[in-house]
Order: sequence, then structure tokens, then C-alpha cells
Amino acid sequence: MNFGDLDLNTVWFILLAVLLTGYAVLDGFDLGVGMLHLFVAKNDTDRRILLNAIGPVWDGNEVWLVTGGGALFAAFPLVYATVFSGFYLALMALLCALIFRAVSIEVRSKHDSPAWRKFWDVCFALGSFVAALLLGVAIGNVARGLPLDAHGEFAGTFLGLLNPYSLGIGLLAVVLFAMHGALYLVLKTEGELQARVERWSHPLAIAFTLLYAAMTLATLFHIPHLNAVFLANHNYLLVFFLGALAIGAIRVMIRRKKPLAAFIASSLGIVGLMAVFSLGAYPHLVYCPEFPERSLTIFNAASSRPTLSIMLTIALIGMPLVIAYTAGIYWVFRGKVKLTKTSY
Amino acid sequence: MDVLFLSRLQFALTTAFHYLYPPLSIGLGLLLIVVEALWLRTKNPVYHQMARFWTKVFALTFALGVATGLVLEFEFGTNWATYSRYVGDVFGSALAAEGIFAFFLESGFLAVLLFGWDKVGPGLHFFATCMVALGAHFSAVWIIVANSWMQTPAGFKIVGEGLSARAEITDFWAMVFNPSSVDRLTHTLSGCWQAGAWLMVSVGAYYLLKKRHRDFGLACVKIGLAVAVVSTLFTAYTGHHSAIGVAKNQPAKLAAFEGLWDTQPKAPLYVAGWVDEKAQTTHGIAIPGALSLLTHANTAAPVTGLRDIPADERPPVHFTFQLYHLMIAVGGALLALAAWAVWALWRGKLEDSRLLLGCLTLSVLGPQIANQAGWWAAEVGRQPWIVYKLLRTSDALSKVVQANQVLASIIMFSVIYVLLFGVFIFLLNHKIQHGPDESDLVPTGKLARGTKGGAL
Repeated sequence: MNFGDLDLNTVWFILLAVLLTGYAVLDGFDLGVGMLHLFVAKNDTDRRILLNAIGPVWDGNEVWLVTGGGALFAAFPLVYATVFSGFYLALMALLCALIFRAVSIEVRSKHDSPAWRKFWDVCFALGSFVAALLLGVAIGNVARGLPLDAHGEFAGTFLGLLNPYSLGIGLLAVVLFAMHGALYLVLKTEGELQARVERWSHPLAIAFTLLYAAMTLATLFHIPHLNAVFLANHNYLLVFFLGALAIGAIRVMIRRKKPLAAFIASSLGIVGLMAVFSLGAYPHLVYCPEFPERSLTIFNAASSRPTLSIMLTIALIGMPLVIAYTAGIYWVFRGKVKLTKTSY
Repeated sequence: MDVLFLSRLQFALTTAFHYLYPPLSIGLGLLLIVVEALWLRTKNPVYHQMARFWTKVFALTFALGVATGLVLEFEFGTNWATYSRYVGDVFGSALAAEGIFAFFLESGFLAVLLFGWDKVGPGLHFFATCMVALGAHFSAVWIIVANSWMQTPAGFKIVGEGLSARAEITDFWAMVFNPSSVDRLTHTLSGCWQAGAWLMVSVGAYYLLKKRHRDFGLACVKIGLAVAVVSTLFTAYTGHHSAIGVAKNQPAKLAAFEGLWDTQPKAPLYVAGWVDEKAQTTHGIAIPGALSLLTHANTAAPVTGLRDIPADERPPVHFTFQLYHLMIAVGGALLALAAWAVWALWRGKLEDSRLLLGCLTLSVLGPQIANQAGWWAAEVGRQPWIVYKLLRTSDALSKVVQANQVLASIIMFSVIYVLLFGVFIFLLNHKIQHGPDESDLVPTGKLARGTKGGAL
């Protein structure tokens, strides 16, 4: 397809943000369920209900990350190369977490032994926790900028990635996803288990709101280049306030016993956070604070125009299908979880 | 040990381990369509029981395929950053298409296939089964296209020089249909169908051998064997075509496959042999002229030997030679086994021969060995290039990653993969020993509508 004068670099920046936001909203509650299930479930039946609440959808949710990675590789190969090689050890740890998570879900109920199930339950919880933490740390590092050398290669260290600000964002992601998962589970469970999940959502929502406020302040004082972007564009501030409004609404909806509204508010809160992160970065993908001219942008790190337009054609054909059957799957598996012999 | 060696080792290890599972998913995906179609058509409850049983095995192979496949998508960037910058413009669109068209399709409909038995009607469930299998095949298409481009690049131009040189796409369809992609795709898929089909045959034969679940076992052997025969013959045909392409497009690789040193007409084809790389000679049992005949349809046609390839552009010869011959030997053995089993089945004597049933039980290993050996030969045979004649493997590394980091990740993957493999074998064996569920002879839920069992 011929896209005329359309700024394909910006289009792909937006699409990438959409894919990662979709991932955070959808897999976010999966990761949260993984972190919570050890604490919320009292027995094996409870645990299986929690697992089957995400059973039919978790795999599709993770595909948003896989496709996001593929799209980054395709649209901005220089960023993919720099960030992935620079974050080597962190990404290997993330892979380890994601592998254990996927395998735990699949195998834990296939063998009827308490030790077997306990082992995979712990793996599922740890895998979910580590994945959420590392994804948050990665986002934090990209937001605050990375040291780059003259060739655009990462010039920092693994320990340098574990700076207080990024760890703070990692913790924010952990608490956010745990809360998001709890709100999802309130929708999918019933009776005593639902009451227990509901009880967990209150402190998680409070903790998240406080952390969110703290990290917003930290960004304000610690990351000058992000503030400059928002002060220069007042429309961006509107997006920030809408996101903050959604986050404020989460706890209100929980207190009013409106679980669906609370879950939607939490989803919109995630969208708001990702939107602020993306707007703050644009047009940079990797900002280099010491030498801004070395930064990787959507222009100097992108694939050629023919590739971006081929990919956009692929996305325009593919994404409506993806959205249609994702919606279809959620519709088929709507309602409260009932265990059957095909369940995990 | 240097970063180059370690990174290659890590990629080989993680890809080879990953590749135990996708062939099973692709092959079983096809068989699930066959079995469910048979059930919808005949309403024979054994077919329903088979669909249920094999869906569970499929789920296990699929989960491991997903878990181990994610690693590969990351590794291009983590270990091969220079390569990623070089090929991103060309290679990226194939990977993105894989995500959008294949993975979403597979993972979405997988939910209906696994958990939808009682929630959707038979027609929609069958549709979901078809979509999952289609998705599995789609992902093979895009990944083979990308890999084939590394073997026979087409539809691109090189932009920039030295460190900043990279390939840019000029013709998308020329990239997709590069000279080797169709041959390699058909050959790979037929190998995958074999992996699924022989697994089904193997489990069926095991039950017959142990005199358990006779109806179920016999049905598995028959259906599995039908698919195995077709795909084994197709593998041989596509393999032959592939070799012709390799002779034309990658002469160094073909010369290494066959241990051919001198460019010559009436080039010999080795049945088995030994390559002495120092002395630059190959010893073994050879059919004179057969290589010329097979690759150029003419015994007088010359085939390029390794001496006409610059020494720094030759792949490791002996290793490639043995892997290639192992693949062919196992493929030939599977063909013979298929013929033997079909003959016995036709004569009605399949269950009389314990030797045949024993061989069929072991047959599951055949396609796994051949698939692995074939891929190792194809990838090692491409060396020293990562992108043939354009980019050397040694130049493709991540510059900022150090040997001790790669060593740490290799140790991590080794530990995890040993554990995963143990879990896979344990659960597969568990499922096989447990056998098909008697209750699966009666369909339940919405699926039961319109069937006799459903009246209950």
C-alpha cells in the first residue's frame, strides 16, 4: 500500500506504544494473578479456579509482548539491537521468569502430587513477580535515559540499570499488576474466594496510589527532560491528568463495590501511565542524557520507508482480525470460572 | 572460550531444544484436523476419544514450544545485535507478520480448542482446531522465509559501509519468495508432519504391543501411518528439490554435505563415509556420478568442489557431512518402516509381529533425529556466513556483551532445559500410561448435540 506523505515513523511509534499498552493491560492481570494466588488461595480447588480464570487467555495476552518485540525489531532495529544487547543479563532473567511462568501454568495440575503442585505454584508466583519487576525496571531505565557510546551502543552496566528510580518503577509495576489482577479475579470468582480477593484489593489499591504519587514526584525532580516535554505541550498535561483521574477512581470504585468499573479504571490507569511514558519519550526511543545527539530517535533508528509501509499494510490487515478474535475469546469464556475436566 | 563460540553455542542449544516442540505442534495440529473431521463425519466415538487425547498432548508440546520460542526472539537482539541492525529492515517484517498473523491466531483459538469442548458447538470447535493448525503452519512460513533469506538473500540493497552497512528491502515479494524459501518450507513442513504422525503411530503401536486400548491403538496406527506415509514420501521429494537448490545457490554447502573436494563431472554420492579435512579427502561407500545426476539431472555435469571455494569461505566439512548423511539415513529408514507397516496392515498381520510393533514404537525418535540433523547441517553448512556471502557470523555479534555474561546465560538455559525436558517426558509418559479416557467415548456439552451419545 502507498501511504503518501504519512509520517510512518510516528505511526509506528504509536503502534508500538499500543502493542506494549495492550500487553500491560492484558498480561498485567495475568501477572497479578500469578503473584497473588499463593496468598489468596486456601486450597487446591481455589488455586485451580484462580489459574483457570486466566487459563484460556494468558497465552494470547503474552503474544502482545512477542508481537511488540517483533515490531520493535522490524520498525526500529537499531533500538532493538542496542537495548536488547545492553540489557543482556536483565533480559535473560526475564526469559527465565517467563519460561517458568508458562510451564507452571501448563503442567501444575497435570500431576496429582502436593509437592509437584507446590513447586510449580511457587514457580508461577516467582516468575510472575520477577517478570513484572523487570518489565518495570526496563521501562524506568528507558524513561530516565541510557548512557550510549558514539556508535549508539549501550555504555552502562547491569548494576547501573538497578538504580533507585528504575527500581521504584519496577516496584510500581509489581503493585499495579497485583492490584489489577485482584480486580480481575473479583470479576471471575464467587463466594468466599471472591470475598478474600476483594479484601486484598483495598490495601493494594492504597499502596499503588501512594507509590504512583511518589514516583510522579520522583519523575518531576529527577528526570528533567521529561518535565520539559510536558511543560512545553499543555495537551500532554491533559493526558497526564486524565490518567491520574482514572487512577484516583480505582479506589472509589472498589469502595462502592463496583468491580467492573474498578477493573476498567485500573485498565485506563495503565493506558494513562503508558501514554505519559510514550509522550514523554517521543520522538526519542532511547534518550541519552549526557550526549543528547547520540539518542536513538524514531527517525535515526528506523527501518526504511518501504519496510515501514509494508509492515503497516500487514498491521492494517492483521490487527482488526486480532482484535475480533481476542474479543471473541473473551466472550466465549465470559462469566465466573467453573472447573471442568478440561480445566488446568 | 570467546564470545563468538559461546554465542553460537547458546543459539544452537536454545534453537535445537526449541525445535523438539514446534514440529510436534505442527504435525499434531494437522492430525487433530484429520481426527476431528473423521469424528464429525462418522460419529465414531473412538475418533472423539482420539481428538480429546491428542489435544492434551498437543497442549503440552505447544506450551513448551511457546516457552522456549520466546528465547529466540530475544536472542537476536541480546547476542546478535550487529546482525539485528544489519537485517532488521528485511527480516523484521517477516517476524512482525509472524506475530500478527500466526501467534495471535494460534493462541486465540487454542483457548477454544483446549477449553471450549463444552462451550461451543462442534462446527465452531472444528473451525478453532483448523485455525490453531493454520497458525502453527503460518509461523513456520514466516520463520522459514526469514531463515531462507539468510541462505539465499534476495529483494534487497546494501546501504552504508563498514560498521553502519545494512540491508534494506527493495522488493517484499522477492524477499518472501527468495530462491530457497519454497523448497525449504515444504521440506521443513513435511518433516514436521512426520514428527506428529510418527508420534501418533508410536503411541498406537505401544498400546498394541502392551495389548491395551486395542481400538484406540489401532486407530492411531492407521491414521498416523496414513499421514506418515504421505509426508515421508513428500519429505524425500522436497529434500531432493532442496538439494538441487543448494547445489545452484550455495555450492560450498552442497560440497560440504557430500564431502566433495574436487570440482568434477560424474561427481560421486556418498552413502556413508569419513572426511579427512587435513588431507582434504573423503573416504566411504560412494555411487559414482550419482551426485551429478541428482543435482543436475546429468551425470556429465560438473559439481563444484571445496577446493574451488576460498578456504575462509568453507564450512566445517566433516561435521556437516555426517549430519547431512544422518538425516538421509534416518529418512530412508522411516520410508522402509512405513512400507513394512503398510504391507503388514494390508495383509492384516500388523498385530502379529512384535518386532514391527517394537520398531513402530521407537519410530517417534526418527523424525526428531532427522529434523535436528537436517537443521544442524543446513545452519552449519552456511558458515562462516550468517547471511550468505554478505555478513560473517563473527562480525554479527553484540559488541557490548561479554563472554562471562553469555556463559552465565548458557548455564542458566542448560539447567532450565534439562528440567523442562524431564518434565515433558514425565508428563508425556504419564499421559500415555494413563491412556485414553473411557469417558471421552461420550461427547459432552454442546458438542454432544446431534450425536447419539448426546441423548444421554
